[in-house]
Amino acid sequence: MTRSAMDGFRATAHELRSLQAQRLMRLLFLMMALLLLVPVLGILGVLVVEGAPGMTWEFFSQKPSKLGAAGGIYPALVGTVWLTAVALMVALPLGVAAAVYLSEYARDNWLTRIINMAIVNLAGVPSIVHALFGVGAFVHFMNFGESILAASCTLAVMTLPVVIVSTREAMQAVPKAFREACWSMGATRWQTIWSIVLPNSVSGILTGLILVVSRAVGETAPIMFTGAVFLRLVPPESVFDRTMALSFHLYTVSTQVTGVPRHVPFAVALTLILVVLTMNALAIWFRMRLRGRKKW
Amino acid sequence: MVTAAPALLEVRGLGIRYGDKVALQGVDLQVRPNEIFGLIGPANAGKTSFLRAINRMDEFVPNMRVEGEVRFAGHDVQHITNLYALRRRIGVVFPLPVGLPLSIYDNVALAPRLRGMRSRADLDAIVERCLRRAALWDEVKDRLQNLGSLLSGGQQQRLTIARALSQEPALLLLDEFSIAVDPVTTMRIEEVLKELRQELTIVLVTNLVQQARRLADRTAFFLGGRCVEIAETESLFSGGAKDQRTIDYLEGRFG
Repeated sequence: MTRSAMDGFRATAHELRSLQAQRLMRLLFLMMALLLLVPVLGILGVLVVEGAPGMTWEFFSQKPSKLGAAGGIYPALVGTVWLTAVALMVALPLGVAAAVYLSEYARDNWLTRIINMAIVNLAGVPSIVHALFGVGAFVHFMNFGESILAASCTLAVMTLPVVIVSTREAMQAVPKAFREACWSMGATRWQTIWSIVLPNSVSGILTGLILVVSRAVGETAPIMFTGAVFLRLVPPESVFDRTMALSFHLYTVSTQVTGVPRHVPFAVALTLILVVLTMNALAIWFRMRLRGRKKW
Repeated sequence: MVTAAPALLEVRGLGIRYGDKVALQGVDLQVRPNEIFGLIGPANAGKTSFLRAINRMDEFVPNMRVEGEVRFAGHDVQHITNLYALRRRIGVVFPLPVGLPLSIYDNVALAPRLRGMRSRADLDAIVERCLRRAALWDEVKDRLQNLGSLLSGGQQQRLTIARALSQEPALLLLDEFSIAVDPVTTMRIEEVLKELRQELTIVLVTNLVQQARRLADRTAFFLGGRCVEIAETESLFSGGAKDQRTIDYLEGRFG
């Protein structure tokens, strides 16, 4: 007894083995985490090195010529902003409203379960299928024609699950006790949502928004048949116009047009990524301002 | 003695079930105006369920079924359609302090705002009065714009009480309010409650037998979902308890 008390801090063989295993596992996990950096840095590195020669002011501000082999990408840049903005305007209100219902009002019954299943399945539908759905539903049935509106609606449908799930998660993270305190002082569900739940889940909603923007900016298939065009030298003026888009333009200059200088596709891709990063940075900055202080 | 006054809260044959589990059955009791009604008993006695039935929070608990009759100020709460008005007249303080993630000021001004009050002067007056009555004003008067959810536990519990008072309730339900509060704050809140008795009626659920003794005019002992005994607190604690289980509980032999 006395002896073991004195030797208490000397590691036993078993403890040594545990420690070794622990160090090994930590190293392993660290490597995996670092491995993630490789593709990110690789992609960015290649794009910057290869695309830098093409990143001139003229490239951003002029319309393309020779089917995109020369000139700039101005109409595509503007088109992508249009497509993304309209998609957001459709997806955000719809998605947030659905998430509010699912998180705050819905009881656990068959209807709720069906809705949840639909969301999961919607998230798993391949984008080319969304594209065909968009052609049928928006271009023809709703009679939007091939237009920004039809393309953006298709993008919105595709990104709805992300908006719904991230908003719902954010709302679920607000403690139940806050709601009960509110209800018990005679607040309606809506008053509770408006004064307590939504203000405290804004940052989660913004996270969803970031993901939506990133996907909407980059998707090619859903807009290919619904509103994006190979070449249109003037930027769109209304949601009923067809438009060029960066993602589709990248596809055409890399595969469909001959005689494109090597740096052009890389410059388009770099621009695409920069647009995503800029929009993400905006959302992150906004989120950090909202989150400025710890709430509870 | 106010035995003649009509009861503010009248409970007859109250039973509560969660699915198949019976939480409370056959409870009859009356709470008189301006008394502190103590409710003691071990865990799972049905004390919290009892409070939920009074302000109809069963609406928010899936599977919770309430039987029997609860009359508040003469109205059967099961048949009140305007539940929001009912809940506004009943303030609730939960076991764990709930400082809403709003400023201290907004915490207390929330209930008046929810019922449509907009005048800054009126709100200022209510906030100050309620914080004073909850013995918190002096500690927070210079930082009303700080977040209420970042106050200490004891301060948050007093903030919760101030918030409950801002509803101008006729009845205040306290559910083991001192569980997360230090002894000194507990004593301060107890002083507050004694003064509040002048203006409103209090149902005090507590697992501290001595707290019921210090505060309650009458005390009910709940055990296993039944109301075992109700008596004047003084007589209950000075050998007047009739049921052996009550005597055992009061003497600390179980619970």
